[in-house]
Amino acid sequence: MAFNEMLGSDGGVRAPYAGVSRWLESVNLDQLDRRRAEAELFYRRGGITFAVYGDTQGEERIIPFDIIPRILAGKEWNVLAKGLEQRVKALNLYLADIYSKQESLRAGIVPEELVWQNPAFRPEVTGVAVPHGVYVHIAGVDVVRIDENDFYVLEDNARTPSGVSYMLGGREICYRLMADLYGAHNIAPIDHYPDELFSTLCSVAPQRAGESPNVVILTPGQFNSAYYEHSFLADKMGVELVEGRDLFIRDDHVYMRTTEGPKRVDVIYRRVDDDFLDPLVFRPDSMLGVPGLFNCYAKGNVALANAIGTGAADDKAIYSHMPEIVKFFLGEEPILKNVPTWCCRKPDDLAYVLEHLSELVVKEVHGSGGYGMLVGPQADKAAIADFKNRLKANPANYIAQPTLALSSCPSFVEKGIAPRHVDLRPFVLTGANGVKIVPGGLTRVAMREGSLVVNSSQGGGTKDTWVIDL
Amino acid sequence: MLSRTADNLFWLSRYVERADYLARILEATSRLAMLPGAGDTAWASALITAGCYDAFKEIYGEPTTETAIEFLAFSDKNPSSIRRCLETARFNARAVRTALTVEMWETINGAWLELQKMNAKSFATGRSSQFTDWVKDISLRIDGSGHRTMLRNDAYWFTRLGFYIERADNTARILDVKYHILLPEASAVGGGIDYSQWAAILRSVNALTAYRWVYREELRPWLIADLLILKPELPRSLAACYGAIVTNLDSLSNAYGRHGKAQRVAQTIQTALQNTTIDGIFKIGLHEFLTKFIADNTKVGQAISDQYLA
Repeated sequence: MAFNEMLGSDGGVRAPYAGVSRWLESVNLDQLDRRRAEAELFYRRGGITFAVYGDTQGEERIIPFDIIPRILAGKEWNVLAKGLEQRVKALNLYLADIYSKQESLRAGIVPEELVWQNPAFRPEVTGVAVPHGVYVHIAGVDVVRIDENDFYVLEDNARTPSGVSYMLGGREICYRLMADLYGAHNIAPIDHYPDELFSTLCSVAPQRAGESPNVVILTPGQFNSAYYEHSFLADKMGVELVEGRDLFIRDDHVYMRTTEGPKRVDVIYRRVDDDFLDPLVFRPDSMLGVPGLFNCYAKGNVALANAIGTGAADDKAIYSHMPEIVKFFLGEEPILKNVPTWCCRKPDDLAYVLEHLSELVVKEVHGSGGYGMLVGPQADKAAIADFKNRLKANPANYIAQPTLALSSCPSFVEKGIAPRHVDLRPFVLTGANGVKIVPGGLTRVAMREGSLVVNSSQGGGTKDTWVIDL
Repeated sequence: MLSRTADNLFWLSRYVERADYLARILEATSRLAMLPGAGDTAWASALITAGCYDAFKEIYGEPTTETAIEFLAFSDKNPSSIRRCLETARFNARAVRTALTVEMWETINGAWLELQKMNAKSFATGRSSQFTDWVKDISLRIDGSGHRTMLRNDAYWFTRLGFYIERADNTARILDVKYHILLPEASAVGGGIDYSQWAAILRSVNALTAYRWVYREELRPWLIADLLILKPELPRSLAACYGAIVTNLDSLSNAYGRHGKAQRVAQTIQTALQNTTIDGIFKIGLHEFLTKFIADNTKVGQAISDQYLA
């Protein structure tokens, strides 16, 4: 039985939800439906859309927004925030280590082959110093709640995590449509996220850039599923949104083509994957990157956020070693829990997984977006048989975890108000001056009854997340 | 600003202006085509003015009211149908939405969303005026939201340049397609059909009422040419467009501290327009004058592109 964040385990309303509970009793469903429709219009008119790859029907879709906010008490958040800070610090130290001295490998914290055989490991950046030792400037750590006090990290997204525009958009809608409920709570603000992001990016600029470095966002372009977010962040930070073709290299420096001639670029918040950044070093067929960019980066003439090669820290096989990584680099006990993980590359683990497929969640080591995964308890026989074959064919490509009972929150669905499973993606910023996290994050909600898959590409929605004074 | 951003803004405006212009042509022609004897040539002439007669003929052969409206308003096969213009405008806007104000973006995106709900029936004969009214309304809203909300900086100036370069081209083309009925000797022929043709020209540049306020006499073909070419007070005249083009190019060169070919060519065209009379133009030949103007205007567009957008 999943933990209900409003009703708790004993069925009484938990303190953080006292206001929401009262409010839910006072509003009628028509009113809620009207607000839901207004929220949808807000997204449509604003073009706040995403694209689902391989779907020709809905080229631009809106993400369903559930207007009932999710509430976290300040004291719950504080613990969570400490755990997130610890986790991201460890990620950065681990990356700095595997790209330089590799002490953690010699100490046996992480099996060497997990690093060498990891396609996201970039030997090209070994020995390349990054400003202030920061690799992961923006992390989106997925956290799930199991009960009153148990938060588990599900994934460390250290490449180019998205969703922050939905976090901010959701808050904007709540301002507009939920004034009654909003006014009755003391909610920690999140609107300064773009400012925090901007100062984080400026803090890692090459020294010669001086007081006001030229920061840009590099997007793959308007057909990318997160294009809206790229343009949103560029707009809110007041920086240029560039594509690869807007940039060129001269004398190992990056320039952008402007109406006033070339202008030097100091920091690139790139929303383009490593593979596509520089066709001279990575995929030669990439049209999205800039030939020669890697060289400028290696010479320290331009900063990239996130750094190249961060994928070596966030795949699902490394994930299982995170508790040891935290202990090794920080000498601390991990604050956030890790979900027990079977790595199918180990014969014993594989045997166990094959035996227990109907109880487990199986994921690809490098998968994301809820694609290519099996939720055992909800899969039919054919799907399980199919996965068995895939596992046997390429065991190292998979990990398995117990099916977690994700907590649920009251949500407005077609039938009325009902609990739906949620997770949380807080956005953790790391710059020269340490870690910053705006309170809360993006709550993703599985709108289908019983579903545990919250990814927007699989029909998940979002909620505003309120950290309230309590 | 990024050259690509400037390029997108420039073309965004051009496509909106073109959609607006096509809507006016459609409207004026629909009226004209209802006159006895005028229908046969009216749509062919409209398609020529819109620059897509050859493409049309290849698909449909001789134009009818239905096929011409479909092609100009909605067809996917016509890359500059009104629908395609608005879609391209929105594509450009989405590429540079950070350079647009929320108001501008929502107007363009809202129009695009409405357009998705339309189908061929929305453009059927008898309903086309509803559609053209909608298009004109959209272009007013885009123009107005830009005017009211954009910062007066390079983004704004490139947007304005796109509107005026396209508008100058459109006005010149309308005149050129109809030049034979605007020659002074044409008035000798006279008759109801000519009158309707002249009125149609004025309607297509939104100037039928304006004509009366400026000249206070009945329609004279040479005065129509005078109004559309030389009167700076008419917002769609070539003189007015060039006044605005020069002003916006000057704003750019002041802000960037650099003067270039675009400024020089535009200034030359403006000076020429200021120093000529309609009699002088008829002496050169109206068609010859317009041919040269269209070529010069294209040169200015090219110079803007070379100087800023590449």
